[in-house]
Amino acid sequence: MDRIPILRMGEFLLVTIQVDMHDRLAMSLQDDLTTRISETGARGVLIDISSLETVDSFIGRMLGNIASMSRVMDADTVVVGMQPEVAITLVELGLSLPGVRTALNVERGMDLLRDSRKNSEEHR
Amino acid sequence: MSVIPEVIKKHETDLLSDWMREMTSSTRRSDLLKDQDIKNQASQFISLFSKAIQNGNLEDTKADSFADLRQLLTDMSRSRAVQGFTPSETAMFVFSFKKPVISRLQAEVKDAKVLSDESWTLNQLIDKLGLFTTEAFLKSREELIMRQQQEMLELSTPVVRLWEGVLALPLIGTLDSARTQVVMESLLRKIVETNSQVAIIDITGVPTVDTLVAQHLIKTVTAARLMGADCIISGIRPQIAQTIVHLGVNLSDVTTKSSMADAFVIALQRSGFVVSKRVDR
Repeated sequence: MDRIPILRMGEFLLVTIQVDMHDRLAMSLQDDLTTRISETGARGVLIDISSLETVDSFIGRMLGNIASMSRVMDADTVVVGMQPEVAITLVELGLSLPGVRTALNVERGMDLLRDSRKNSEEHR
Repeated sequence: MSVIPEVIKKHETDLLSDWMREMTSSTRRSDLLKDQDIKNQASQFISLFSKAIQNGNLEDTKADSFADLRQLLTDMSRSRAVQGFTPSETAMFVFSFKKPVISRLQAEVKDAKVLSDESWTLNQLIDKLGLFTTEAFLKSREELIMRQQQEMLELSTPVVRLWEGVLALPLIGTLDSARTQVVMESLLRKIVETNSQVAIIDITGVPTVDTLVAQHLIKTVTAARLMGADCIISGIRPQIAQTIVHLGVNLSDVTTKSSMADAFVIALQRSGFVVSKRVDR
């Protein structure tokens, strides 16, 4: 079965979704990602969905769930590169993904993760 | 068998000159169309009309034999609609053809019964053609309106780049679902194209904001946020602020500013720019 690769970059995890998401794939991503976060002790997760062209309510909810789960495990999540069509679809489905941080591209997303890391360390 | 086809074929040239005399100045509108052009149209009409009825079919204007004539009338009404004729002036062009033909019939047919039958047939046929002209006229008008509507939709939603990474979307006119869709799509596409982090939606030109419009605005802002861009809504007039609060619309998740200038300053700040006035020594 296909799996979505999860790359490690320092203290962050990088997930690039480059195939059409189907429900089983989304479920396995959820499993893999939570496992990897606990294994590596990652402090941030970056999900790049710039190649994702279609979404349904399930995938939309999944993205929200993955973000919430990572946050519970003390890893910030940033979703980057959402296509206009996907954004419109999610809004029309009523899924505004509250609490999920977003950025235009991977570079900006990385900046966002680093900034929030810095802030949380200062607060400590 | 009707004698009309024969009469028309026999007197084609005379009919044309009779008809041209018959057309009153109001039908002609020589200010809009040259006499020579009307004459050309009239002569084309007569020859196609004569050709169409030669097979004896004087009733069914939808038949194949009338195809050329219908085409001529459609083209004619279309060009007249553009030139600024009224529908009745356009239809009168066809209706005024009755009199010359009937006077020719009167000269040719002696039997009163036959004459009245023939006049009736002719009347009905010309009426049908006249109505067809009016329909074609209205249809071309409708097409014009549709096209203008489409153009207005596109014209009224420009997305402009104010600064590196700052977009502005000045909205003018009422927002309905169809327009919001266009607005949303063009804004989001532009965000990707220009890689912009901040978008200012200016609603100074939106006359009224009701719950539906507010809903549309919130949708647009949410979609932009999902893509990683912040939206600022600016140009909120006092009345609109009152309406929004009275309606109980929750805009607390959205940054709002009363003027575009304020919004622009915030946008620059968020993108990390500083604007300062030069002090001349």
